[in-house]
Amino acid sequence: MKKERDYTQDIAEIRSMMERSSKFLSLSGWAGIMAGIYALAGAWIASSFFQFNPDKIAYDISLSGSLTGDLPGVIPLAILILILAIGTAIFLSYNKARRRGEKVWNSTSKRMIIHMAVPLGAGGIFILMLLSNDLAGLLAPSSLLFYGLALYNAGNFTYDEVKYLGLVQMVLGLTGCFFIEYGLLLWALGFGVVHIVYGIYMHLRYER
Amino acid sequence: MKLPIDDLHKAFESRVRLGIMSALAVNDTLDFTSLREYLDVTDGNLATHIKKLEQEDFIGVEKSFIDNKPNTKYYITKEGKKAFEEHLKVLEEIIKSQK
Repeated sequence: MKKERDYTQDIAEIRSMMERSSKFLSLSGWAGIMAGIYALAGAWIASSFFQFNPDKIAYDISLSGSLTGDLPGVIPLAILILILAIGTAIFLSYNKARRRGEKVWNSTSKRMIIHMAVPLGAGGIFILMLLSNDLAGLLAPSSLLFYGLALYNAGNFTYDEVKYLGLVQMVLGLTGCFFIEYGLLLWALGFGVVHIVYGIYMHLRYER
Repeated sequence: MKLPIDDLHKAFESRVRLGIMSALAVNDTLDFTSLREYLDVTDGNLATHIKKLEQEDFIGVEKSFIDNKPNTKYYITKEGKKAFEEHLKVLEEIIKSQK
């Protein structure tokens, strides 16, 4: 028969094309591991050098300005960690995409980033409001919460595991809202330990 | 045993055309460059296959300008979606009957 053809291969290619064109699959597990390490280091510096470990939501500056520790030192530190983590993720994704013969800036990565940026942008503005009102206790929990929302959203356009990562971060963030004194600890757990566990899992599952 | 191979639409014989349909089935629109990257084919090759699918009315074209540069986006039509789904069904039947 002349028309003999491997139709299973057809199905496999259809499936792969649907996945490749709708999901960004160049995220690297190493990005998670590195982000976790930066976060742990940052949390350690914030608590031991800047004495940042708020145990209640709001601080009355007129009573004591130093209760929240050195907040002006913590903010640049947080921004530095953010830049390091994002930079590492972009660099590693770029490498992985190149190895897979794809471009890192394509329609799937664009879509994923837009869907992450919306909850993150809202969270960023919310955090600015917290800062301007000296609500130091909610800084760590709300950053976890909005990051979790962003990941949950982005999970639709990349590996499904990112969704679960988002859910875990949201649970930790909400827990931190109720137990303010553990806010920084939960932040270190979420951005640090959970990222590292996630990164190792993704690396073992998809990159070996 | 009779295989339903005759039911397979001829437009989907080519893997490139099958790839275009697969990508457009899960995306609202895709531009030419994205399609070319996913499929890893040359401009001319892709254009030929796209034209063929357009003639079948399986995909549609949306032309616009971004920064004065032409930007062409493709989408799957209703007929295209239907034909593609039927094609998948037939593929499934063939594979089942081969087992």
